[in-house]
Amino acid sequence: MPAPIRLRELIRTIRTARTQAEEREMIQKECAAIRSSFREEDNTYRCRNVAKLLYMHMLGYPAHFGQLECLKLIASQKFTDKRIGYLGAMLLLDERQDVHLLMTNCIKNDLNHSTQYVQGLALCTLGCMGSSEMCRDLAGEVEKLLKTSNSYLRKKAALCAVHVIRKVPELMEMFLPATKNLLSEKNHGVLHTSVVLLTEMCERSPDMLLHFRKLVPQLVRILKNLIMSGYSPEHDVSGISDPFLQVRILRLLRILGRSDDDSSEAMNDILAQVATNTETSKNVGNAILYETVLTIMDIKSESGLRVLAINILGRFLLNNDKNIRYVALTSLLKTVQTDHNAVQRHRSTIVDCLKDLDVSIKRRAMELSFALVNGNNIRGMMKELLYFLDSCDPEFKADCASGVFLAAEKYAPSKRWHIDTIMRVLTTAGSYVRDDSVPNLIQLITNSVEMHAYTVQRLYKALLDDISQQPLVQVSSWCIGEYGDLLVSGQCEEEEPIQDEVLDVLEGLLVSNLSTPVTRGYSLTAIMKLSTRFSSDANSVVSIYGSSIDVELQQRAVEYNALFKKYDHMRFYSEHCCFVQILPALQVQSTHPPCFTGSIYTSSLFYRFNLHVLYYLVSLLFQANDLLDLLGGNDVVPVIQTTLPTKPASAGGELLDLLGDLSLSTYSKNGLKIEFTFERANPNPNIAVITIHATNTTEADMTEFVFQAAVPKTFQLQLLSPSSNIVPALNQGSVTQVIRVLNPQKQQLRMRVKLTYTHKGSPIQDLAEVNNFPPQSWQ
Amino acid sequence: MQFMLLFSRQGKLRLQKWYVPLSDKERKKISRDLVQTILARKPKMCSFLEWRDLKIVYKRYASLYFCCAVEDQDNELITLEIIHRYVELLDKYFGSVCELDIIFNFEKAYFILDEFLLGGEAQETSKKNVLKAIEQADLLQEVYELVL
Repeated sequence: MPAPIRLRELIRTIRTARTQAEEREMIQKECAAIRSSFREEDNTYRCRNVAKLLYMHMLGYPAHFGQLECLKLIASQKFTDKRIGYLGAMLLLDERQDVHLLMTNCIKNDLNHSTQYVQGLALCTLGCMGSSEMCRDLAGEVEKLLKTSNSYLRKKAALCAVHVIRKVPELMEMFLPATKNLLSEKNHGVLHTSVVLLTEMCERSPDMLLHFRKLVPQLVRILKNLIMSGYSPEHDVSGISDPFLQVRILRLLRILGRSDDDSSEAMNDILAQVATNTETSKNVGNAILYETVLTIMDIKSESGLRVLAINILGRFLLNNDKNIRYVALTSLLKTVQTDHNAVQRHRSTIVDCLKDLDVSIKRRAMELSFALVNGNNIRGMMKELLYFLDSCDPEFKADCASGVFLAAEKYAPSKRWHIDTIMRVLTTAGSYVRDDSVPNLIQLITNSVEMHAYTVQRLYKALLDDISQQPLVQVSSWCIGEYGDLLVSGQCEEEEPIQDEVLDVLEGLLVSNLSTPVTRGYSLTAIMKLSTRFSSDANSVVSIYGSSIDVELQQRAVEYNALFKKYDHMRFYSEHCCFVQILPALQVQSTHPPCFTGSIYTSSLFYRFNLHVLYYLVSLLFQANDLLDLLGGNDVVPVIQTTLPTKPASAGGELLDLLGDLSLSTYSKNGLKIEFTFERANPNPNIAVITIHATNTTEADMTEFVFQAAVPKTFQLQLLSPSSNIVPALNQGSVTQVIRVLNPQKQQLRMRVKLTYTHKGSPIQDLAEVNNFPPQSWQ
Repeated sequence: MQFMLLFSRQGKLRLQKWYVPLSDKERKKISRDLVQTILARKPKMCSFLEWRDLKIVYKRYASLYFCCAVEDQDNELITLEIIHRYVELLDKYFGSVCELDIIFNFEKAYFILDEFLLGGEAQETSKKNVLKAIEQADLLQEVYELVL
């Protein structure tokens, strides 16, 4: 049997393969040879074969059949065998397979081997891939080696102990005695690994942390020696003595000094010294400075030191090396909450980083920029951030847009600026805006009453340019539907569109392939709303969608159509009683400001409910009793109310005489008193005119006072505008409102009343039944 | 450190050292994806990136990329120094190291790495001591070139 091909020979051969297929063929051939060699239990060449297998494994080919062979190599007495065997174990064996446990005994033996390099192999393997079971079995051996005077083994044992602790934290205690004089070592290898071990123990256990705090002076001394000592060729890196050890010591000091005044005090000087004396021309110096800054910011350092740290970061930001800029931004992001003012000083440099080419730097600069925005710098910062939004990669746009909205909401200097900023975001990054922004923006626009004309005009114009960005289109459609009359009424600064043009644009959205179903819903409803405001006929458009494939659209179209058919004349009804305009003012369940129509589109269930309320309102106005049944078991008090108060209700003075002075105090609660007075309307004897007088005995005004009423099926009710919305304190005045009740069947009048108002800053709401109307009022 | 990968400009793996337990399949997937991500980066970009939930530190030396995945608390700048120290060790050992040296003597590259790092942390900060240990261990090998 010829000797198996040598490792280097195999590598050379495989590299001559010109195609993947050729390589695969060579590999398969060699694997077959290796397999048969393994089967023959050939001791001489096992090492060579496993080495070749490891090479092929690195190329991506399966090598699991060599696992047991690795174990055999480890058990061999030859050093070469052990070296390759342990390497193979680390590469091929997986702690999830039981096979690896077979290693345990070998490792145990090798940990006690007479040759330190064999012991080293065992420690290395255990520290790299030892499973929890192995660690449990061998922890004792590791602990023994941690106490040896052989620095070569001691340093390896320390890191092996770190691995054992990570795998089996309960074993941490047993290593405690061995740590006693670790720091007295002169050997840098042992010092370094000891500091790593101490760090691991302190991070995992508060008790250990307390125990090791007393090491702070010793650590400070070691660090001082490293800085002050002369040139040491063995540990020198670009003029700095053992930077690796310095960094680890700084990190351990950070953990020990955290939330402890005394320790922080003890390390104050050395930190200042390192911060000021470290050479910054090379990466290695900056690495130490970076660690120092992290430590200063994390412990209880005095303010002078903190400012020094932030300034170092500020200098980092100006460094040519982008790696340095990157770590500076990362660190500043961590400290911006606690040291806000200090970081503000570097704002302009941070903003410049938005223009950096590197993606990671840009992202950090963006996050930091948003963290630094405040009332003073909002205008300048927003300019930069909007410019960034324009030019940045798509992966940033959603986060940036959200950030802009948040910042604008918090610090907008004026409503117009706010709307303009939103417009800018919608037009430049409209497709990346998050879905939940749309209802929020609608609410914002609704609340900016004086900006409605300006907003709708700008949104309309944006829509003319581009209908592909769905959030923009949705907000625009809603606005046009809501304020379309302002768009065509001559309030716009520029050339205004005519009604048909506006409807065409909305129709265009319905048919466009770019519009999503949600967008189509918005535009359909907008068209419907405009049909009441405009004189043109939108009916045909809406009815087409009665046969749309989209169920949502179909439902809306059909229901809107039904409304149109029944109440065709309503479209020309006066402003006060237009039911569509009542929609924004309805406050059926919530005390939120008018965003009723906006929320329709977020859930069709809510929408359907609202439509039923709509029917009810309509019926009250136009005597269509058959629709009332829809309300069935609703537990919501059906209410009806007119829009903003315009003129005071008539006192009904001359009519009062017919009934005599019939007043009835029917409601009194929490200082609010409402009196009902009656008269019979002329010429219709079936209509009773009830006037309510609301007075307030408390010492604070009741503002935003709204009176709503509902009556049983057989009655019709109409509320006229109230005299005002404020019931003055201490009976200094009253609010009056007229209610007209049609009672054709001459039934006993009953009324359910709902009162809402704000008193001393809190919203108050109350429901009441009024049953004690005098017979004269309804007979 | 969680793992270190060495790979060529063509994406061929030259060394992979794993300090966390992962199956072969998982290792292959991570290697493949990470290598693609790094090769796609432009030369002027930062040496650091966030990838999945890891911090990646990488540096290119001639035709080889040296790439480490470190923990959140690890200092990225000192990791660059760790990578540089490893390259220096290889350079001293092989005498002006090039990619071919690492291809044909991959097992030695591993031995050197295992004398410098253990469990993902540096065990020896003196260049001299690492090289001395390798030298001594090499002497123990039974007529190495004949064996392998």
